[in-house]
Amino acid sequence: MAPPISRTIDARGSFCPGPLMELIRAIKESEVGDTIAVWSADKGSKIDIPKWVDKAGHTLVGIETKDGYDEIVVTKAR
Amino acid sequence: MDDEPLNIVLFSGTEDRLQAAAVMASGAAALGRKVNIFLQYWALDAFRKDRISASLGLAPEAGERGATLVREAAAAGQQPWHATLRVAKELGEIDIQACSLSMDVLKIEEQDLDALVDGVEGVTAFYLNAGDGHILFI
Repeated sequence: MAPPISRTIDARGSFCPGPLMELIRAIKESEVGDTIAVWSADKGSKIDIPKWVDKAGHTLVGIETKDGYDEIVVTKAR
Repeated sequence: MDDEPLNIVLFSGTEDRLQAAAVMASGAAALGRKVNIFLQYWALDAFRKDRISASLGLAPEAGERGATLVREAAAAGQQPWHATLRVAKELGEIDIQACSLSMDVLKIEEQDLDALVDGVEGVTAFYLNAGDGHILFI
């Protein structure tokens, strides 16, 4: 079952690498176990954010393409 | 590679090249790499307090069409290059140093520079800090 989303970042107005940088800031401010959703309309985020999540040791919950943007959901794991 | 810094020699003072450098620095900082930026000539001039928010133009290859597209991106909310860099600096480890030779040539004093700039150094100090990390010239 998908964990509840504790925070949603609407970064649809941001250009690359804005959404990733907003996610990094949110993860720094969050507690381990918190789940954060990022909304991004830039083409790079759905490729770059999962790679960053893997490298940074967090958990990718899922990516869903919505109407004109992607929702990328991440759980802070450490 | 992760242990070695990314080193950017930033020479160009047009908004597109400054933005490109800020994006490269952001990506490396996001991955936890230290970033060293060495400001020379027109890039250094762009970091003056009285220039940083000014319109600095685009590289010649932008042309009319490129200028229109960049203007549209800004109108759609793209952050200016110095804002991209400021965010990256808040979230990662980015050290920005002014080239002492360029300071002399352009008659710039340290107090003339924006707070994004951490200090002034010579080229040897830049190479020593660069270690075995990549060096980009933009």
